[in-house]
Amino acid sequence: MRVEVRHGEFNPWEELQRHQQASLLPNGRHGAIASFVGTMRDFNEGDSVQAMVLEHYPGMTEKYLGEISAEAKKRWDILDTLILHRVGELQPGDPIVLVAVWSAHRAAAFEACRYLIEELKSRAPFWKKESLQEHSRWVQHNTPAASNRGGR
Amino acid sequence: MILKLTVPIHVKYFAGIRDRMGRADDDIDADGLKTVADVWARVAGDEPLPRTVRVAVNLEYADLKHQVKDGDEIAFLPPVTGGCDAG
Repeated sequence: MRVEVRHGEFNPWEELQRHQQASLLPNGRHGAIASFVGTMRDFNEGDSVQAMVLEHYPGMTEKYLGEISAEAKKRWDILDTLILHRVGELQPGDPIVLVAVWSAHRAAAFEACRYLIEELKSRAPFWKKESLQEHSRWVQHNTPAASNRGGR
Repeated sequence: MILKLTVPIHVKYFAGIRDRMGRADDDIDADGLKTVADVWARVAGDEPLPRTVRVAVNLEYADLKHQVKDGDEIAFLPPVTGGCDAG
């Protein structure tokens, strides 16, 4: 289980590989890895977004992400988790977040990965400030999960 | 004479709340403060706490009735917007 808040760019695919190499999971134990990568869009609420600054609550963020990782491990039969979230200034297209789950079977991996990203989005103390053409603004709310809109 | 030593309550503001307060944090004397709601009244005066703002006490989400004591860290958090898509 690893949780990290990173200042500066990261490559999610390299991070996945690095975590797997460094983890103590013996080869062959996991049959499934589910991963989610969130990237920055260049539009929001009809406006073109030039850049974004992400801030967080140091201490509480890591604690909260550690708690949801532990909760996922309790709820599903999974072997390992990784959550990496970026803060600071971002450009459109940059990866913002990586969530990955290792397990023996795909169902647990998918479900735990979905759980982690939804919990992160709804409660982890991160805030986005967007730079638009003329001004900047704090983003007021997150997009709901598709299942909350009734779509699947 | 008894000298009372108190450790202040540390209050933190994030994102839009920080902009509104014009500062990132405050240290306040816990004397006379019972709950998080009292802390807000002390730092913000008459300004009501926006309904969307959440509160954390010592890095855990809490409600406005949460009891406070010397040395606590209280944070006022606007709606969070982490993760993927910006909206």
